[in-house]
Amino acid sequence: MSALLELRDLHVFYGQSHVLQGVSFDVRAGGVTALLGRNGVGKTTTCRAIMGLAEPRGKIALGGHDLTRLPTHRIVRLGIGYVPEDRDVFAGLTVAENLRLAERNGGARYELVYDLFPELRERGRQLAGTLSGGQQQMLTIARALLNENRLLLVDEPTKGLAPLLVTEVAHALERIGELATVLLVEQNLGVVRRVARDVVVLDAGKVVHAGPAGELLSDPARVRGLLGVSGGREVRSIA
Amino acid sequence: MSTLVLLTITGLGLGAMYFLIASGLSLIYGLMGVLNFAHGAFLTVGAYATWWLQGVLDGIESTAVSFVLAAALGLLVGAAVAALVELVLIRPLYQRHIEQVLVTVGLALAITALVQGIWGADARVYAVPDWTIDTTEVLGAAIPNDRFVEIATAAVVLIGLQLFLRRTRYGLIVRAGVENRAMVTALGIDVRRAFTLVFAIGGLAAALAGVLSGIYFGSIDPERGTSLLIFAFIVVVIGGLGSIGGSAVAAVVVGLLQQYANYYASSGLGDLSVVLLLAVVLLLRPAGLSGSTATA
Ligand SMILES: Nc1ncnc2c1ncn2[C@@H]1O[C@H](COP(=O)(O)OP(=O)(O)OP(=O)(O)O)[C@@H](O)[C@H]1O
Ligand SMILES: [Mg+2]
Repeated sequence: MSALLELRDLHVFYGQSHVLQGVSFDVRAGGVTALLGRNGVGKTTTCRAIMGLAEPRGKIALGGHDLTRLPTHRIVRLGIGYVPEDRDVFAGLTVAENLRLAERNGGARYELVYDLFPELRERGRQLAGTLSGGQQQMLTIARALLNENRLLLVDEPTKGLAPLLVTEVAHALERIGELATVLLVEQNLGVVRRVARDVVVLDAGKVVHAGPAGELLSDPARVRGLLGVSGGREVRSIA
Repeated sequence: MSTLVLLTITGLGLGAMYFLIASGLSLIYGLMGVLNFAHGAFLTVGAYATWWLQGVLDGIESTAVSFVLAAALGLLVGAAVAALVELVLIRPLYQRHIEQVLVTVGLALAITALVQGIWGADARVYAVPDWTIDTTEVLGAAIPNDRFVEIATAAVVLIGLQLFLRRTRYGLIVRAGVENRAMVTALGIDVRRAFTLVFAIGGLAAALAGVLSGIYFGSIDPERGTSLLIFAFIVVVIGGLGSIGGSAVAAVVVGLLQQYANYYASSGLGDLSVVLLLAVVLLLRPAGLSGSTATA
């Protein structure tokens, strides 16, 4: 088994607060690795650190290539796509402009993107700020899919979406997992069960569990202990 | 009636210069969060470069040709100086806003002093074609022709900037960057190139304002940049930081208000009423007329 992404002893400080306290884990090439943890444990911070947006200490490597000293745009050009938390679209740009902005050195995969999210084609001229939450989420995912990437970081894509949309996003994530390696931050364990091969659990700024997804999710007591949720019920909530 | 027409067109000419300065300030602040106090210095550099170059080009027979040629080169000097300032002084201080302000204030003082040291504090006069000083009759008012040059130039720059922002990839990057710089870099874009470009565009427009001010006021002097910059800042705040359209509207309002108040109330009240307008706008619409909040 080969690791595409390696994190070693990662530390991030926000002023006085020590948010990541030595995070180390691997993301295997191919498929979806889910990054789990209670609210505020540092999942988003981990993504931002990988993207060069959080001044981390420690080592981050993509396919053996050290990322820690690179500026964000160079990290991205090594083949990382980022779907940020909270549907961070450019509200004042149209849907088409949001996508055009994401184009890198030609070869934009509009066919793939419009095939997954046909609505985005119809709404090309609409301002992204006037899209519904679900549509905005699709746009942020589409932006990351437009280019051929080795790794996609997807931060809570189903947060606040209606159940039907959650299913739609989960379906898209499944297909995306076939195209690239995905590190997925996700609170909905039903989605995790459906798409993830591996899981990594953070707590208090450290990795407290890493292993195959099936193994953890079939042990509700363990899930409850690590995530503080009743695993069984959430898992059944979207099946 | 003829007085009103004269005041209006003169106010528009003044507003045109405010807009040329404010548009660059506004883009720079909107994209980078930099309050560029050196912007007036770009104006002064462009104005003096044009004046100096016209002296160098004095072999050219036609005043119009030598002036336009000198101005074109002067604008390039303004743009180059601005780009250099971004690369050398602003970029190393990325995200350190206090230091950036201090550097731009220092630079403004230094460039003003340098220009004064080289060419003296006295006003300098461009050789301009006679027709710019002649007047044209509009609705009974005799309007100095240069006013039309200033207004037309600002209109062309406004349209050019809008085309740049709407139709080009860099324009797209600038608009996106005004909303969220970090996310632009997270799409694999080196947003720092857009920073340099915006400084260069701003420096060019400011230099243009400097050259036009030489015709409008009849001369240039080392303090010109500083005195116009204050009103340009007010225009930017009233128009909404980061909004070119807002700056255009605010520049017209400020230019007109200044002229009307100076004439109908009393001379000197123009500046005061502009400050009052600023206070009122800030109270009623803290984000400025355009209403969009700038990314800090
Ligand atoms: N810019 C910041 N300044 C200061 N503290 C921050 C900043 N960003 C995040 N934090 C803090 O760092 C901790 C980790 O935040 P982070 O967003 O990484 O958590 P998360 O695991 O993604 O949480 P959630 O599940 O709620 O999205 C939190 O305690 C948060 O308050
Ligand atoms: Mg988060």
